[in-house]
Amino acid sequence: MASGSIDPMHQFEIHPIVSLQLGSYDISFTNSALFMVLSVTLITGFLVFSTRGRALVPGRWQSMAEMGYEMVANLLRDNVGSEGRKYFPFVFSLFMFILFGNIIGLIPGAFTFTSHIAVTFAMAIVIFLAVTVIGFARHGAGFLRLFFPHGAPLWTAVILIPIELVSYLSRPISLSVRLFANMVVGHVLLKVLGGFVIMLGIFGIFPIGVLVGIQALELLVAALQAYVFTILTCIYLHDAIHLH
Amino acid sequence: MPQFDQIDTFLSQAFWLVITFGALYFLMAKFALPRLASILEERENRVSGDLEKAERLKQEAEEVLADYQKAIADARASAIAALKESADEIAAIGAKRQAEFDAQLADKTQIAEDKINAARSEAMEHIKDVAVEVATAATGKLLGSDVTESKVSKAVDDVLGGKS
Repeated sequence: MASGSIDPMHQFEIHPIVSLQLGSYDISFTNSALFMVLSVTLITGFLVFSTRGRALVPGRWQSMAEMGYEMVANLLRDNVGSEGRKYFPFVFSLFMFILFGNIIGLIPGAFTFTSHIAVTFAMAIVIFLAVTVIGFARHGAGFLRLFFPHGAPLWTAVILIPIELVSYLSRPISLSVRLFANMVVGHVLLKVLGGFVIMLGIFGIFPIGVLVGIQALELLVAALQAYVFTILTCIYLHDAIHLH
Repeated sequence: MPQFDQIDTFLSQAFWLVITFGALYFLMAKFALPRLASILEERENRVSGDLEKAERLKQEAEEVLADYQKAIADARASAIAALKESADEIAAIGAKRQAEFDAQLADKTQIAEDKINAARSEAMEHIKDVAVEVATAATGKLLGSDVTESKVSKAVDDVLGGKS
Protein backbone atom coordinates (compact mmCIF):
# COMPACT_ATOMS: atom_id res chain seq x y z
CA MET A 1 0.00 0.00 0.00
CA ALA A 2 1.29 3.37 -1.01
CA SER A 3 -0.10 6.54 0.59
CA GLY A 4 0.60 6.32 4.33
CA SER A 5 -2.42 8.12 5.76
CA ILE A 6 -5.02 5.73 4.41
CA ASP A 7 -3.03 2.54 4.32
CA PRO A 8 -5.53 0.12 5.92
CA MET A 9 -2.74 -2.27 6.91
CA HIS A 10 -0.71 0.32 8.75
CA GLN A 11 -2.78 -0.17 11.91
CA PHE A 12 -1.58 -3.77 12.21
CA GLU A 13 2.10 -2.93 12.23
CA ILE A 14 4.01 -3.90 15.31
CA HIS A 15 6.74 -1.63 16.55
CA PRO A 16 8.83 -2.01 19.66
CA ILE A 17 8.39 0.41 22.52
CA VAL A 18 11.16 -1.02 24.68
CA SER A 19 13.69 -3.22 22.90
CA LEU A 20 14.50 -6.34 24.87
CA GLN A 21 16.74 -9.25 24.05
CA LEU A 22 16.70 -12.62 25.76
CA GLY A 23 19.88 -14.23 24.59
CA SER A 24 19.65 -14.01 20.83
CA TYR A 25 15.86 -13.77 20.90
CA ASP A 26 13.95 -10.52 20.42
CA ILE A 27 11.29 -10.18 23.10
CA SER A 28 10.79 -6.42 22.78
CA PHE A 29 7.90 -4.81 24.61
CA THR A 30 5.79 -3.71 21.61
CA ASN A 31 2.51 -1.88 21.05
CA SER A 32 0.90 -5.34 20.96
CA ALA A 33 2.35 -6.19 24.38
CA LEU A 34 1.26 -2.79 25.68
CA PHE A 35 -2.36 -3.51 24.79
CA MET A 36 -2.14 -6.98 26.31
CA VAL A 37 -0.94 -5.42 29.55
CA LEU A 38 -3.67 -2.79 29.25
CA SER A 39 -6.32 -5.49 28.79
CA VAL A 40 -5.15 -7.46 31.78
CA THR A 41 -5.04 -4.28 33.87
CA LEU A 42 -8.52 -3.23 32.80
CA ILE A 43 -10.02 -6.69 33.34
CA THR A 44 -8.53 -6.97 36.80
CA GLY A 45 -9.39 -3.36 37.61
CA PHE A 46 -12.95 -3.83 36.43
CA LEU A 47 -13.51 -7.02 38.39
CA VAL A 48 -11.84 -5.78 41.56
CA PHE A 49 -13.47 -2.35 41.42
CA SER A 50 -16.94 -3.67 40.66
CA THR A 51 -16.91 -6.22 43.47
CA ARG A 52 -15.27 -4.02 46.12
CA GLY A 53 -18.60 -3.42 47.90
CA ARG A 54 -19.49 -7.15 47.89
CA ALA A 55 -23.06 -5.90 47.75
CA LEU A 56 -25.90 -8.28 48.38
CA VAL A 57 -27.96 -6.32 45.88
CA PRO A 58 -25.51 -5.59 43.07
CA GLY A 59 -25.09 -2.21 41.43
CA ARG A 60 -24.49 -1.76 37.71
CA TRP A 61 -20.77 -2.56 37.77
CA GLN A 62 -21.12 -5.54 40.05
CA SER A 63 -24.02 -6.81 37.91
CA MET A 64 -21.79 -6.73 34.84
CA ALA A 65 -19.04 -8.65 36.61
CA GLU A 66 -21.55 -11.19 37.91
CA MET A 67 -23.13 -11.56 34.48
CA GLY A 68 -19.73 -12.26 32.95
CA TYR A 69 -18.98 -14.79 35.66
CA GLU A 70 -22.30 -16.55 35.36
CA MET A 71 -22.26 -16.51 31.57
CA VAL A 72 -18.90 -18.28 31.40
CA ALA A 73 -19.85 -20.59 34.28
CA ASN A 74 -23.07 -21.63 32.51
CA LEU A 75 -21.23 -22.03 29.23
CA LEU A 76 -18.76 -24.37 30.87
CA ARG A 77 -21.42 -26.28 32.83
CA ASP A 78 -23.70 -26.73 29.81
CA ASN A 79 -20.90 -27.86 27.50
CA VAL A 80 -18.51 -29.71 29.74
CA GLY A 81 -20.49 -30.53 32.87
CA SER A 82 -19.28 -30.59 36.44
CA GLU A 83 -15.85 -31.99 35.44
CA GLY A 84 -15.17 -28.66 33.74
CA ARG A 85 -15.13 -26.70 37.00
CA LYS A 86 -11.38 -26.86 37.43
CA TYR A 87 -10.86 -25.29 34.00
CA PHE A 88 -13.17 -22.40 34.86
CA PRO A 89 -10.43 -19.85 35.74
CA PHE A 90 -8.71 -20.61 32.44
CA VAL A 91 -11.87 -20.37 30.33
CA PHE A 92 -12.98 -17.22 32.13
CA SER A 93 -9.56 -15.58 31.67
CA LEU A 94 -9.57 -16.59 28.02
CA PHE A 95 -13.01 -15.06 27.41
CA MET A 96 -12.18 -11.84 29.20
CA PHE A 97 -8.76 -11.52 27.53
CA ILE A 98 -10.18 -11.87 24.02
CA LEU A 99 -13.25 -9.76 24.76
CA PHE A 100 -11.22 -6.88 26.18
CA GLY A 101 -8.58 -7.21 23.46
CA ASN A 102 -11.26 -7.00 20.78
CA ILE A 103 -13.18 -4.14 22.36
CA ILE A 104 -10.17 -2.01 23.28
CA GLY A 105 -8.99 -2.48 19.69
CA LEU A 106 -12.13 -0.74 18.46
CA ILE A 107 -11.08 2.53 20.10
CA PRO A 108 -9.68 4.66 17.24
CA GLY A 109 -5.89 4.64 17.33
CA ALA A 110 -5.74 1.56 19.55
CA PHE A 111 -3.95 -1.64 18.65
CA THR A 112 -5.82 -4.95 18.40
CA PHE A 113 -3.55 -7.79 19.51
CA THR A 114 -6.21 -10.36 18.54
CA SER A 115 -5.84 -9.27 14.90
CA HIS A 116 -2.51 -11.08 14.77
CA ILE A 117 -2.35 -14.69 13.73
CA ALA A 118 0.70 -15.17 15.94
CA VAL A 119 -1.37 -14.39 19.03
CA THR A 120 -4.55 -16.22 18.05
CA PHE A 121 -2.63 -19.25 16.83
CA ALA A 122 -0.54 -19.35 19.98
CA MET A 123 -3.73 -19.42 22.05
CA ALA A 124 -5.37 -21.98 19.78
CA ILE A 125 -2.39 -24.33 19.73
CA VAL A 126 -2.07 -24.20 23.53
CA ILE A 127 -5.75 -25.08 23.84
CA PHE A 128 -5.39 -27.83 21.24
CA LEU A 129 -2.39 -29.37 22.97
CA ALA A 130 -3.92 -29.03 26.42
CA VAL A 131 -7.17 -30.68 25.26
CA THR A 132 -5.24 -33.52 23.63
CA VAL A 133 -3.17 -34.05 26.79
CA ILE A 134 -6.33 -34.02 28.95
CA GLY A 135 -7.97 -36.51 26.60
CA PHE A 136 -5.10 -38.98 26.72
CA ALA A 137 -4.65 -38.49 30.46
CA ARG A 138 -8.31 -39.35 31.11
CA HIS A 139 -8.85 -42.11 28.59
CA GLY A 140 -5.39 -43.32 27.64
CA ALA A 141 -5.42 -44.98 24.24
CA GLY A 142 -9.23 -44.98 24.45
CA PHE A 143 -9.07 -41.32 23.51
CA LEU A 144 -8.45 -42.50 19.95
CA ARG A 145 -12.07 -43.66 19.87
CA LEU A 146 -12.82 -39.97 19.32
CA PHE A 147 -11.84 -40.56 15.70
CA PHE A 148 -14.31 -43.36 15.15
CA PRO A 149 -17.90 -42.78 16.26
CA HIS A 150 -19.31 -45.54 18.44
CA GLY A 151 -21.79 -47.80 16.60
CA ALA A 152 -20.72 -46.96 13.06
CA PRO A 153 -20.19 -49.96 10.73
CA LEU A 154 -16.59 -51.09 10.78
CA TRP A 155 -15.99 -50.62 7.05
CA THR A 156 -16.81 -46.89 7.36
CA ALA A 157 -13.58 -46.53 9.36
CA VAL A 158 -11.73 -46.12 6.06
CA ILE A 159 -13.63 -42.91 5.42
CA LEU A 160 -14.47 -41.72 8.91
CA ILE A 161 -11.08 -41.94 10.56
CA PRO A 162 -9.28 -39.70 8.04
CA ILE A 163 -12.15 -37.20 8.12
CA GLU A 164 -12.26 -37.09 11.91
CA LEU A 165 -8.48 -36.86 12.07
CA VAL A 166 -8.33 -33.97 9.64
CA SER A 167 -11.15 -32.14 11.39
CA TYR A 168 -9.42 -32.67 14.74
CA LEU A 169 -6.03 -31.49 13.49
CA SER A 170 -7.54 -28.46 11.78
CA ARG A 171 -9.07 -27.26 15.03
CA PRO A 172 -6.24 -24.92 16.04
CA ILE A 173 -6.16 -23.44 12.53
CA SER A 174 -9.91 -22.83 12.27
CA LEU A 175 -10.04 -21.53 15.83
CA SER A 176 -7.20 -19.05 15.34
CA VAL A 177 -8.01 -17.98 11.78
CA ARG A 178 -11.66 -17.29 12.65
CA LEU A 179 -10.77 -14.75 15.33
CA PHE A 180 -7.83 -13.26 13.44
CA ALA A 181 -9.73 -12.89 10.14
CA ASN A 182 -12.80 -11.35 11.78
CA MET A 183 -10.70 -8.78 13.55
CA VAL A 184 -8.59 -7.92 10.50
CA VAL A 185 -11.57 -7.58 8.16
CA GLY A 186 -13.48 -5.40 10.56
CA HIS A 187 -10.59 -3.06 11.15
CA VAL A 188 -9.69 -2.84 7.45
CA LEU A 189 -13.29 -2.00 6.65
CA LEU A 190 -13.37 0.72 9.28
CA LYS A 191 -10.08 2.13 8.03
CA VAL A 192 -11.15 2.15 4.39
CA LEU A 193 -14.42 3.88 5.24
CA GLY A 194 -12.47 6.32 7.39
CA GLY A 195 -10.27 7.01 4.34
CA PHE A 196 -13.38 7.81 2.30
CA VAL A 197 -14.49 10.28 4.93
CA ILE A 198 -11.18 12.14 4.64
CA MET A 199 -11.08 11.99 0.83
CA LEU A 200 -14.63 13.27 0.34
CA GLY A 201 -14.12 16.33 2.53
CA ILE A 202 -17.49 17.89 3.34
CA PHE A 203 -19.34 15.00 1.69
CA GLY A 204 -17.58 12.68 4.06
CA ILE A 205 -20.65 13.09 6.25
CA PHE A 206 -22.28 10.19 4.31
CA PRO A 207 -19.63 7.56 4.90
CA ILE A 208 -19.51 8.67 8.54
CA GLY A 209 -23.11 7.47 8.91
CA VAL A 210 -22.13 4.10 7.49
CA LEU A 211 -19.02 4.11 9.68
CA VAL A 212 -21.13 4.51 12.82
CA GLY A 213 -23.21 1.49 11.80
CA ILE A 214 -20.15 -0.58 10.99
CA GLN A 215 -18.58 0.40 14.31
CA ALA A 216 -21.67 -0.91 16.12
CA LEU A 217 -21.50 -4.09 14.07
CA GLU A 218 -17.82 -4.49 14.92
CA LEU A 219 -18.64 -4.14 18.61
CA LEU A 220 -21.06 -7.04 18.19
CA VAL A 221 -18.44 -9.02 16.29
CA ALA A 222 -15.87 -8.31 19.01
CA ALA A 223 -18.13 -9.78 21.68
CA LEU A 224 -19.37 -12.59 19.45
CA GLN A 225 -15.90 -13.76 18.45
CA ALA A 226 -14.79 -13.81 22.08
CA TYR A 227 -17.87 -15.90 22.82
CA VAL A 228 -17.27 -18.23 19.86
CA PHE A 229 -13.64 -18.77 20.82
CA THR A 230 -14.70 -19.59 24.36
CA ILE A 231 -17.57 -21.90 23.45
CA LEU A 232 -15.38 -23.82 21.01
CA THR A 233 -12.78 -24.24 23.74
CA CYS A 234 -15.56 -25.64 25.94
CA ILE A 235 -16.68 -28.02 23.21
CA TYR A 236 -13.12 -29.29 22.71
CA LEU A 237 -12.86 -29.80 26.46
CA HIS A 238 -16.12 -31.73 26.36
CA ASP A 239 -14.74 -34.01 23.63
CA ALA A 240 -11.59 -34.63 25.61
CA ILE A 241 -13.51 -35.43 28.81
CA HIS A 242 -16.56 -37.27 27.50
CA LEU A 243 -15.49 -38.47 24.00
CA HIS A 244 -18.51 -37.24 22.00
CA MET B 1 0.12 -7.80 5.64
CA PRO B 2 2.12 -7.13 8.80
CA GLN B 3 0.59 -10.26 10.36
CA PHE B 4 2.63 -12.40 7.96
CA ASP B 5 5.44 -10.01 7.11
CA GLN B 6 6.68 -9.23 10.60
CA ILE B 7 7.72 -12.78 11.39
CA ASP B 8 10.48 -11.44 13.62
CA THR B 9 7.83 -10.18 16.06
CA PHE B 10 6.15 -13.59 16.50
CA LEU B 11 8.33 -14.58 19.39
CA SER B 12 7.83 -11.30 21.18
CA GLN B 13 4.05 -11.54 20.68
CA ALA B 14 3.97 -15.08 21.99
CA PHE B 15 6.27 -14.17 24.89
CA TRP B 16 4.11 -11.25 26.02
CA LEU B 17 0.97 -13.28 25.46
CA VAL B 18 2.27 -15.91 27.86
CA ILE B 19 3.36 -13.28 30.39
CA THR B 20 0.15 -11.24 30.31
CA PHE B 21 -2.22 -14.18 30.06
CA GLY B 22 -0.35 -15.93 32.86
CA ALA B 23 -0.71 -12.82 35.00
CA LEU B 24 -4.41 -12.58 34.14
CA TYR B 25 -4.94 -16.25 34.98
CA PHE B 26 -3.21 -15.79 38.31
CA LEU B 27 -5.18 -12.63 39.14
CA MET B 28 -8.49 -14.23 38.14
CA ALA B 29 -7.88 -17.55 39.88
CA LYS B 30 -6.50 -16.02 43.09
CA PHE B 31 -8.54 -12.87 43.55
CA ALA B 32 -11.35 -11.94 41.17
CA LEU B 33 -13.09 -15.30 40.77
CA PRO B 34 -13.03 -16.44 44.41
CA ARG B 35 -14.42 -13.07 45.37
CA LEU B 36 -17.21 -13.23 42.79
CA ALA B 37 -17.94 -16.82 43.75
CA SER B 38 -18.18 -15.89 47.42
CA ILE B 39 -20.49 -12.96 46.62
CA LEU B 40 -22.79 -15.19 44.60
CA GLU B 41 -22.69 -17.96 47.16
CA GLU B 42 -23.39 -15.55 49.98
CA ARG B 43 -26.38 -14.21 48.09
CA GLU B 44 -27.68 -17.67 47.40
CA ASN B 45 -27.27 -18.61 51.05
CA ARG B 46 -28.96 -15.43 52.11
CA VAL B 47 -31.86 -15.95 49.75
CA SER B 48 -32.35 -19.58 50.72
CA GLY B 49 -31.95 -18.57 54.37
CA ASP B 50 -34.63 -15.94 53.95
CA LEU B 51 -36.89 -18.43 52.24
CA GLU B 52 -36.35 -20.86 55.07
CA LYS B 53 -37.09 -18.14 57.59
CA ALA B 54 -40.26 -17.19 55.74
CA GLU B 55 -41.29 -20.83 55.73
CA ARG B 56 -40.65 -21.08 59.45
CA LEU B 57 -42.57 -17.89 60.18
CA LYS B 58 -45.46 -19.14 58.08
CA GLN B 59 -45.48 -22.37 60.02
CA GLU B 60 -45.41 -20.44 63.28
CA ALA B 61 -48.31 -18.30 62.11
CA GLU B 62 -50.23 -21.43 61.21
CA GLU B 63 -49.52 -22.86 64.65
CA VAL B 64 -50.72 -19.66 66.28
CA LEU B 65 -53.84 -19.74 64.13
CA ALA B 66 -54.48 -23.36 65.11
CA ASP B 67 -53.97 -22.48 68.79
CA TYR B 68 -56.34 -19.56 68.43
CA GLN B 69 -58.98 -21.70 66.75
CA LYS B 70 -58.57 -24.34 69.42
CA ALA B 71 -58.90 -21.70 72.15
CA ILE B 72 -62.05 -20.38 70.53
CA ALA B 73 -63.49 -23.88 70.24
CA ASP B 74 -62.59 -24.58 73.87
CA ALA B 75 -64.14 -21.33 75.00
CA ARG B 76 -67.27 -22.09 73.06
CA ALA B 77 -67.45 -25.59 74.49
CA SER B 78 -66.95 -24.35 78.04
CA ALA B 79 -69.52 -21.62 77.49
CA ILE B 80 -72.01 -24.20 76.30
CA ALA B 81 -71.17 -26.40 79.29
CA ALA B 82 -71.54 -23.48 81.69
CA LEU B 83 -74.81 -22.53 80.09
CA LYS B 84 -76.08 -26.08 80.38
CA GLU B 85 -74.89 -26.32 83.96
CA SER B 86 -76.64 -23.15 84.99
CA ALA B 87 -79.78 -24.19 83.16
CA ASP B 88 -79.68 -27.50 85.04
CA GLU B 89 -79.06 -25.65 88.27
CA ILE B 90 -81.95 -23.33 87.65
CA ALA B 91 -84.15 -26.27 86.75
CA ALA B 92 -83.01 -28.12 89.89
CA ILE B 93 -83.67 -25.08 92.08
CA GLY B 94 -87.07 -24.64 90.45
CA ALA B 95 -87.90 -28.30 90.99
CA LYS B 96 -86.72 -28.15 94.59
CA ARG B 97 -88.78 -25.07 95.30
CA GLN B 98 -91.73 -26.63 93.60
CA ALA B 99 -91.32 -29.71 95.80
CA GLU B 100 -90.90 -27.59 98.91
CA PHE B 101 -93.94 -25.58 97.96
CA ASP B 102 -95.92 -28.74 97.29
CA ALA B 103 -94.87 -30.18 100.64
CA GLN B 104 -95.78 -26.95 102.40
CA LEU B 105 -99.09 -26.87 100.63
CA ALA B 106 -99.77 -30.46 101.57
CA ASP B 107 -98.83 -29.71 105.18
CA LYS B 108 -101.12 -26.71 105.28
CA THR B 109 -103.90 -28.65 103.66
CA GLN B 110 -103.41 -31.42 106.16
CA ILE B 111 -103.46 -28.93 109.06
CA ALA B 112 -106.59 -27.29 107.68
CA GLU B 113 -108.29 -30.62 107.15
CA ASP B 114 -107.31 -31.68 110.65
CA LYS B 115 -108.68 -28.44 112.00
CA ILE B 116 -111.89 -28.92 110.02
CA ASN B 117 -112.17 -32.48 111.22
CA ALA B 118 -111.49 -31.44 114.77
CA ALA B 119 -114.02 -28.68 114.47
CA ARG B 120 -116.54 -31.05 113.00
CA SER B 121 -116.03 -33.72 115.63
CA GLU B 122 -116.20 -30.98 118.26
CA ALA B 123 -119.38 -29.74 116.66
CA MET B 124 -120.69 -33.25 116.61
CA GLU B 125 -119.89 -33.57 120.32
CA HIS B 126 -121.78 -30.38 121.03
CA ILE B 127 -124.66 -31.46 118.81
CA LYS B 128 -124.92 -34.64 120.82
CA ASP B 129 -124.92 -32.77 124.13
CA VAL B 130 -127.42 -30.25 122.83
CA ALA B 131 -129.56 -32.99 121.37
CA VAL B 132 -129.51 -34.96 124.60
CA GLU B 133 -130.35 -31.86 126.53
CA VAL B 134 -133.07 -30.80 124.12
CA ALA B 135 -134.42 -34.32 123.90
CA THR B 136 -134.44 -34.66 127.68
CA ALA B 137 -136.15 -31.33 128.09
CA ALA B 138 -138.62 -32.00 125.28
CA THR B 139 -139.41 -35.42 126.53
CA GLY B 140 -139.89 -34.08 130.01
CA LYS B 141 -142.22 -31.38 128.75
CA LEU B 142 -144.16 -33.66 126.47
CA LEU B 143 -144.43 -36.68 128.67
CA GLY B 144 -144.23 -34.88 131.87
CA SER B 145 -142.03 -37.52 133.26
CA ASP B 146 -138.43 -37.55 133.83
CA VAL B 147 -136.41 -39.59 131.49
CA THR B 148 -132.99 -40.72 132.51
CA GLU B 149 -130.26 -38.96 130.77
CA SER B 150 -128.50 -42.20 129.93
CA LYS B 151 -131.50 -43.44 127.99
CA VAL B 152 -131.73 -40.22 126.02
CA SER B 153 -128.02 -40.31 125.32
CA LYS B 154 -128.36 -43.83 124.00
CA ALA B 155 -131.28 -42.82 121.79
CA VAL B 156 -129.40 -39.84 120.44
CA ASP B 157 -126.42 -42.01 119.74
CA ASP B 158 -128.68 -44.36 117.86
CA VAL B 159 -130.07 -41.50 115.78
CA LEU B 160 -126.71 -39.91 115.11
CA GLY B 161 -125.30 -43.40 114.50
CA GLY B 162 -122.59 -43.53 111.91
CA LYS B 163 -122.74 -39.78 111.30
CA SER B 164 -120.34 -38.73 114.05
